Amino acid sequence: MADSPLTRAARRSVSLRWDGAVGALLVVVLLLSFGFVDGFGNALNLSFLIGNTLPIALIALPMTLLVVSGEIDLSVASTAGLSGAVMGALWNQGMTIEVIIPVCLLLGVVCGLVNGLLVTRLGLPSLAVTIGTMAAYRGIAQIVLGSDAVTDFPAQYLDFAAGRIDGTFVPYAFLPFLVLLAVAVVALHAMPFGRALFAIGAGEEAARFAGIRVKRQKLILFTVTGLMSSLTGVFWALHYASARYDNAMGLELSVVAAVLLGGIDFDGGKGTLGGAIAGVFLLGALQNVMSLVNVSAQSQIVVTGVLLVVSVLGPRVARQISVARAGRRAGAAPRSKTPAPTP
Amino acid sequence: MTHPSDTGTAPVLALKDVSKSFGAVRALRDVSLELFPGEVHALAGENGAGKSTLIKTLAGVHRPDAGQVLLDGAPVVFHGPGDARDAGIAVIYQEPTLFPDLSIAENIFMGRRPRRTFGRIDHRATYAATADLMLRLGVELDPDRPARGLSIADQQIVEIAKALSFDARVLIMDEPTAALTGSEVARLFGVVRTLREQGAAVLFISHRLEEMFRICRRVTTLRDGARIASEPLEGMTEDDLVRRMVGRDLDELYPKQEVAPGETALSVRRLTREGVFTDVSFDVRRGEIVALSGLVGAGRTEVARAVFGIDRWDAGQVEVDGRPLVNGAPSTAMAAGLALVPEDRRAQGLVMDMSIERNIGLTGLRSSVRAGLVDRGAERSRSLDWAVRLQVKYARIADTVATLSGGNQQKVVLAKWLATGPKVLIVDEPTRGIDVGTKAEVHRLLSQLAADGVAVLMISSDLPEVLGMADRVLVMHEGRLTAEISRTDATEEAVMAAATGRAAA
Ligand SMILES: Nc1ncnc2c1ncn2[C@@H]1O[C@H](COP(=O)(O)OP(=O)(O)OP(=O)(O)O)[C@@H](O)[C@H]1O
Ligand SMILES: [Mg+2]
Repeated sequence: MADSPLTRAARRSVSLRWDGAVGALLVVVLLLSFGFVDGFGNALNLSFLIGNTLPIALIALPMTLLVVSGEIDLSVASTAGLSGAVMGALWNQGMTIEVIIPVCLLLGVVCGLVNGLLVTRLGLPSLAVTIGTMAAYRGIAQIVLGSDAVTDFPAQYLDFAAGRIDGTFVPYAFLPFLVLLAVAVVALHAMPFGRALFAIGAGEEAARFAGIRVKRQKLILFTVTGLMSSLTGVFWALHYASARYDNAMGLELSVVAAVLLGGIDFDGGKGTLGGAIAGVFLLGALQNVMSLVNVSAQSQIVVTGVLLVVSVLGPRVARQISVARAGRRAGAAPRSKTPAPTP
Repeated sequence: MTHPSDTGTAPVLALKDVSKSFGAVRALRDVSLELFPGEVHALAGENGAGKSTLIKTLAGVHRPDAGQVLLDGAPVVFHGPGDARDAGIAVIYQEPTLFPDLSIAENIFMGRRPRRTFGRIDHRATYAATADLMLRLGVELDPDRPARGLSIADQQIVEIAKALSFDARVLIMDEPTAALTGSEVARLFGVVRTLREQGAAVLFISHRLEEMFRICRRVTTLRDGARIASEPLEGMTEDDLVRRMVGRDLDELYPKQEVAPGETALSVRRLTREGVFTDVSFDVRRGEIVALSGLVGAGRTEVARAVFGIDRWDAGQVEVDGRPLVNGAPSTAMAAGLALVPEDRRAQGLVMDMSIERNIGLTGLRSSVRAGLVDRGAERSRSLDWAVRLQVKYARIADTVATLSGGNQQKVVLAKWLATGPKVLIVDEPTRGIDVGTKAEVHRLLSQLAADGVAVLMISSDLPEVLGMADRVLVMHEGRLTAEISRTDATEEAVMAAATGRAAA
């Protein structure tokens, strides 16, 4: 009874309330920033905020599904970097961008497939596998492009990636993101595929016994994650008009922090995409504000790291409190932990 | 024989007017119970009557909302299971709770392993003590093998060994025999008798009534959390006991319908999984209930797993309605009309953290779909329909299955698979932990399914159930099919003889 029903019930209600709380916190942070941070509320800054957050948001979509299923992919930023690097290298070779982009996306598919096959065929833990490929993909990116920076991509592409809809603060690129978000929400919360992911994350063996094709689903997820990472890599290179091997370095930290902050349980089986996206934009808003008030990039990483720890710790502490309360309500003291997982 | 309370012996452990609620569910209401040294006491009641809750209260897992726990006549408050253990109370919980990565010996002597000088753990002493316990229980389990992958029955054995290793004054057993076959049960009872003679008090729960009559002297009956009676078993009949438990007379426990078998639905040909089972061939026809019998570890469950595709087979073939199944692919087996109710409800049958509704819905993710999306209305009505048909006792269909009593969890597993409308139904211990009333209901259901043309393969350690329900009994011994016994020839002796490898038909 490592996990008594009482703790479980408490955890469930905590995860439900948690994503609501993160949404509310996002609203509060935005309101405070509008009120008190100079330069926050103008259209240009808001479009920066969204544009800078989009890479996190794009990868957070598949990452949410992965974490729900009990897996993780830390190689996403390296895949994005590799895509950017290949994009630059091929551009230097004189290929047209209309050919280069599909090639990069295909490369992302391959990167994701490699992760997925290592995890599902060899049964290795995804944390270990993707730490390995995180280094490997980044290394290949450096081999491909060296220390070059490619910047002279076609203007209409750069304009699309950096521009915003006339008269608003909304970047063009936000619109396709909304479409992808809708797809992800439906896939996770309304389709059998997503329903099965929750089952896999909460009880993989029972999911297998229910005829769910666990390995296949995971393989698909890793592949889609690779695809989305390379899409993000392409977007990044165009958005910042710079393809370098170290593009998106460290982005995986932000993505994971945002997703966990949004209430996706690191142990799998719990959370909502709404919460995850609220987490993403909360993190994006905080990073934006920190830049405005001149917090250095290094310190921002520290803050992100702290947020990561808090978001893993937060739900657990909240759960403990609510268990204690539920226990008192039921007229009993908080129960002592008895060790006892089942095989 | 006089009753211990008449001879002036004091109860070692007692509950006095104990109540315990979970939210709106009143699991125990003003329950009193006395356990005397040298006595085996039965606790009877339907699924969800409050038996496990009572045990957890005695063991310090739950704190009573009202009332007292008395140890040697004095009120005590256990702050956790550790306190109860220190007071000499050993408990076997309904669901095994072993650490999968530790060895059997380490699980048994968790936290109190024999030590040598300089505090080094004495591996040899631990191993020997474990081997000795296994010998007493008459099972062959290597003390050094990890708990991961043990069958439910073997896990139960390890839990029993763990409880015995304490030399406790009070031994509490929540359905220890649910997955065990006759010979393991006999061994266990032998050990229990020895303990009783040494003066231990034993509290015993089982839904197999004959077991209570064999080993217990007194019985306490619970119904809806309230105590109905505490009385000597001597002179009572099973019917009396059932009436106390359910408040009415029970219909036929084995309502077997005679069905003329149809075509072969499941055909297993020379199936082999190396080191597990060898050259297993049998057919199950539409309308038939075929039992797969044998001792714990004979390979029954493993055959079922392979047929359904959970494990791969190394040689042989499985056909459903004449069409071969893909090796190692449960989803295609399901599509072909196969269903498997697995033995381990907590790990294999249910996602404990998910609701009753979603658990039953899990097997319908392909059928309850509209325009590619999960049809929640269909999912809910399917779940409600089956939860009601199987009389699952729950508060809300959206509650997690973890809040259900053991027997009710088992019903959810059955519901989940019956809802798929299978052509071939494999059930592994279908009534494990299910009370007599519902057991009759499950049997009626299986019988009706067979009458409707479903082919049923039933693995059961409950021999009366096998004899009462099966048209044919297949017996396995050490990974091979050793006998096929027709309904007319199937007797307890014949099945046991084949199962122990003494005589082959
Ligand atoms: N942790 C819990 N949270 C909520 N309800 C619970 C909890 N534990 C038990 N219950 C409820 O209390 C009642 C009694 O459950 P208990 O497990 O004691 O039954 P039982 O007699 O052991 O049944 P079974 O024969 O099925 O094992 C049931 O209605 C059950 O749903
Ligand atoms: Mg119980």
